[in-house]
Amino acid sequence: MSREANQATVDLTQMGFQPGGRFRPGEVQRARSKNTAETLRRIWDYLKLQRVSLLVVVGSTVLTTMLTLLGPYLIGKMIDDYIVPQRYEGFMRIGLLLLGIYALSAFFTWVQHYAASSLSYHTVRDMRQDLFEHYQRLPVSFFDQRTHGELMSRTTHDLMNVSNTLNQTVVQFISSVLILLGSVIMMLSLSLWMTLVTVLTVPLIALIATRITKFTRTFFSQQQKQLGVVNGFVQENVSGLKIIKLFVREAEVSRQFQKMNETLRSIGIKAQSFSGSMGPIMNSMRNLSFVIIAVCGGIFAYYELITIGIIASFLSYSNQFSQPINQLANQYNLLQAAIAGAERIFEMMDEKPETEAGKTGLQHSIKGEVVFENVCFGYKPDVPILKNVSLHALPGQMIALVGPTGAGKTTIIHMLTRFYEIQSGRILIDGTDIRELDKHHLRQQIGMVLQDAYVFSGTIRDNIRYGRLDATDEEVEEAARLANADAFIRKLPHGYDTYLSAEGGNLSQGQRQLITIARAVLANPAILILDEATSNVDTRTELHIQEAMKKLMQGRTSFVIAHRLSTIREADQILVIDHGEIIEQGTHEELLKRGGFYANLYHSQFA
Amino acid sequence: MWGLRSYIKPYWKYVILAPLFMIFEVFFDLLQPRLAAYIVNHGVLEHNFTVIKQTGLLMIGVTILSLISGVTCNILASRASQNFGADIREALFKKVQTFSFENVDTFQTGSLLTRMTSDVIQVQDLMQILLQRLVRSPSLLIGSVVMALLINFKLGMILLATLIVLVAVLVLLIRFSLPLFRAIQERLDQMNLRMQENLAGIRVVKAFDRSRYETERFTKVNHDFTNVSVKAARFIALNSPIVTLIMNVCLVAIVMYGGNLVWTESMPVGDLVAFVNYVVQVLSSLLIVSGLLMNVSQANVSARRISEVLAEKPSIDTKEQHAVTSLPVRHIQFDNVSFTYPGTADSHGTVLKGIHLQARRGETIAIIGSTGAGKSTLVQLIPRLYDVTSGSIRIDGQDIRNIPVKELRRRIGMVVQDTVLFTGTIKDNISFGKPDATQAEIEEAAKIAQAHDFISRLPDGYDTMVGQRGVNLSGGQKQRIAIARALLVKPSILIFDDSTSALDLGTEKRLRQALHSLMRDCITFWIAQRISSVMNADQIVVLENGTIAGIGTHEQLLNHCQVYQDIYRSQFGEQGMPYVKGS
Repeated sequence: MSREANQATVDLTQMGFQPGGRFRPGEVQRARSKNTAETLRRIWDYLKLQRVSLLVVVGSTVLTTMLTLLGPYLIGKMIDDYIVPQRYEGFMRIGLLLLGIYALSAFFTWVQHYAASSLSYHTVRDMRQDLFEHYQRLPVSFFDQRTHGELMSRTTHDLMNVSNTLNQTVVQFISSVLILLGSVIMMLSLSLWMTLVTVLTVPLIALIATRITKFTRTFFSQQQKQLGVVNGFVQENVSGLKIIKLFVREAEVSRQFQKMNETLRSIGIKAQSFSGSMGPIMNSMRNLSFVIIAVCGGIFAYYELITIGIIASFLSYSNQFSQPINQLANQYNLLQAAIAGAERIFEMMDEKPETEAGKTGLQHSIKGEVVFENVCFGYKPDVPILKNVSLHALPGQMIALVGPTGAGKTTIIHMLTRFYEIQSGRILIDGTDIRELDKHHLRQQIGMVLQDAYVFSGTIRDNIRYGRLDATDEEVEEAARLANADAFIRKLPHGYDTYLSAEGGNLSQGQRQLITIARAVLANPAILILDEATSNVDTRTELHIQEAMKKLMQGRTSFVIAHRLSTIREADQILVIDHGEIIEQGTHEELLKRGGFYANLYHSQFA
Repeated sequence: MWGLRSYIKPYWKYVILAPLFMIFEVFFDLLQPRLAAYIVNHGVLEHNFTVIKQTGLLMIGVTILSLISGVTCNILASRASQNFGADIREALFKKVQTFSFENVDTFQTGSLLTRMTSDVIQVQDLMQILLQRLVRSPSLLIGSVVMALLINFKLGMILLATLIVLVAVLVLLIRFSLPLFRAIQERLDQMNLRMQENLAGIRVVKAFDRSRYETERFTKVNHDFTNVSVKAARFIALNSPIVTLIMNVCLVAIVMYGGNLVWTESMPVGDLVAFVNYVVQVLSSLLIVSGLLMNVSQANVSARRISEVLAEKPSIDTKEQHAVTSLPVRHIQFDNVSFTYPGTADSHGTVLKGIHLQARRGETIAIIGSTGAGKSTLVQLIPRLYDVTSGSIRIDGQDIRNIPVKELRRRIGMVVQDTVLFTGTIKDNISFGKPDATQAEIEEAAKIAQAHDFISRLPDGYDTMVGQRGVNLSGGQKQRIAIARALLVKPSILIFDDSTSALDLGTEKRLRQALHSLMRDCITFWIAQRISSVMNADQIVVLENGTIAGIGTHEQLLNHCQVYQDIYRSQFGEQGMPYVKGS
């Protein structure tokens, strides 16, 4: 009779936790796990850490369920043994007993929710932490292949799924099963025949439910698909609105949209009409079982096979009995979805981390001699990106890498920082193979300034200090001065304590770059990498940044990648890279004289 | 939600009928315990088998009626909600098509998209709930109370009193939990921000070897979030036990008092059985209603966000002005043009100030200046993507605000900075502005744009799919397709907004040569960063902080314009400055 009672309790306990994240049938059905047993085992490993909570949850669920089942039983007893025969003594006692049972049941329900939230949040916290830490160990190639939006949704959406499931679905699942079993036992203790009558309707309900679900699922997936088409169209056309307007295509685009939307409308009406009918149909099934119990109960009572109190109890049980059956299917789907989500998270955790670092630490003051010997590399073994790259940078030298986009300049740099591992050849720093070095030591010796000038949300001071966490305020400001950033920072209303919003929206690209340079200055690395550090700024700002970079490069071995050749004229060596090979090598004058690729490039820029 | 009422109006029949059928369903459902009581009272107790049989058949009849009503209600509600959703979606889409960039900027593209997709689903679902479940549960609630009062007034009063207490408790609980949700949301945002930034800046993290530091920071926010969530969840855990307990206490009270009534006032036992059923009904309905109200408040936010979009007035009036008979575009003039981004009244938002310039057909105007100087804004004023704040832009002496927007835009070919291609074939994309273009025309445009060669090399040539699920083109390739798209409409005004940045210098050079003959018949605006790309223009406009710092030919500017000299020096170095040194 109370069609959505349990569901409403769910809504109550999770209200607001997951804005907009309501359960939609279409989505859940898609999510099936591949290796359920293995995933469950790994979830179990996490659950084990919350052993106490887990025990409390299971224990209190069992107790609550048992107490819940006692209620209708006692009410039936009260009617049969006291009210009908008009027995006064003891009536009060049994009433108080019932009250006590309800109070205990409420208490254990609270304990159950209390422990379940501990269990779920702490388990998911541990999973999230492990996932985050694993991200830190993954190679850069992993992040190159995925957008960080994708990774974010994995960590937020999938973990949220696991969390909600642990918090609610598991408990409900357990109690559904227990209530089902308990109801049957209680009913059997009251009357075998009435139990048979009640249970009779179950296969009927189950059969109809699965039939309808199967039937509506196709409509739902159709609707979901068409919705995807429509939303994709909206996405593309709103993002490209400028182009649509410039080319006066509004009418045409609207017409196309209307067509798609009409299809969605008719599919939607069908899908909703069919799937929504599930509610009334299940309701009727429950009504039917209610009728059967009432009528059969009436007949049995007529022949004095059972008492009126038993009819009352069974009418209550019929509710308790049919609800879990309906919900088991739904809960099973939710469990499946959560397991699939957990599996995706575990898949992430199984991604191979960066190759284990060597053990040798570098001496603290390295000179910065860098040697590449026949370095080869490819993302896939059979598609080489770098072919036999050899170079020799003396301490303090400036090495410029030039060449067309995709030639492999950045890849060479990534070899040096071991963002990627070389396939053959070797790279030496001060004569030591970098594979033998502790990776942390290695990266501490290398400073990088990249094209996108990434800043974190936080104060400017924090952002500069990112280069060396134990730096004093004076050192931070000194670094900013060296990086030509001090002047503009001081002009900001809050100076060094100016809060930068996410990704530095309130500073210009050039200013952000100066901050990243200050960061590199503070880190005081022996080897410096400037990867297209000025590509996103106009040429006059570039000049300003370059001044800062020049100071930064003093006394350090530096590798500079640049589009604009004007920036690298003074390099000690210019390496021209094309198709993963060094095709020319020399100083600016030498290369100009040679009249090859570099000279061509140079003249085309300055012609 | 009320603001969207006009979209449900066409379906008013469904809106009235659906709840009506739902009330029927509820009515039939509520009859059942009553009938069961009848069986007990008159069938069992009075030993009348015919009553049991007849009432049983009646109950089955009622079940069938309930089923029919429920299904009918669902079908009607589905029609109403799906139509409602589809109409809103369409209205939104059409509305956004009329938006100017000012409008888009006020909403942000991302937010517009959410409003047009998930918010629509939210209100559509809400409509379904409003017409179905939100009718059912309160009706059950009220009906149960009424039935209970009908059976026995005194017992009914107990139920009613409990109900009032319950509602008060629920309201209190919700009120106390709201701040907790805000706290959770805050912590969640912080945690997501940490993770998001870590992932986006992973190279920096790795380059500075800050994994350990990042992990420590993340551990902190992760624990914060978890602790606050657990705290909130523990409070919310009070909800259902308290509600259930109150209701169960009421139940016990009713059974005990009811027992007394059976003894003293000879109330039939069957009535007590039915009464207990109604109490259970009230409890579950109440829980459902409170759950549904959460949905409603959520969807209400969506409804408000949708209404905002629908209420927004397009800031550029696109109504058809008196049609222009001819607009040959021989001449364009900027007369004291200023532009301020709307909503920024102070001088901070001023992007352009006192711009004067003019050009004739066949001329090229190059625009150069630092990022943020206002170059893109200046050219976006020409097709009226934004309207000037003061001053005017005239084409052939006519203020462009008096020219129908469509007529104006048909004469302009613009290649914007960030290339947007649509899902479809390359051919579709190039012919975007002229869907009836012939293959020959398309290829010609592609040839000039230096795109023909690479397109022909693709396996499917011009029929290659691009955009979502299409092939991956490089930035330079996309740019060239966008250029071909602009060229195909044979515009009188051609605008390149830094749109050759992804081309290598050789390709750019060939492009300029190919464009040469075409540019003789139009007015060309060319924004660039490199002096080498602009120095052959008829006029070079040097923009600095929204004003013209210099205008003239390359030689003139080198001699007289300080900013231009700076830019030159920044690109060619000191030794490349013969003119300045001499002057």
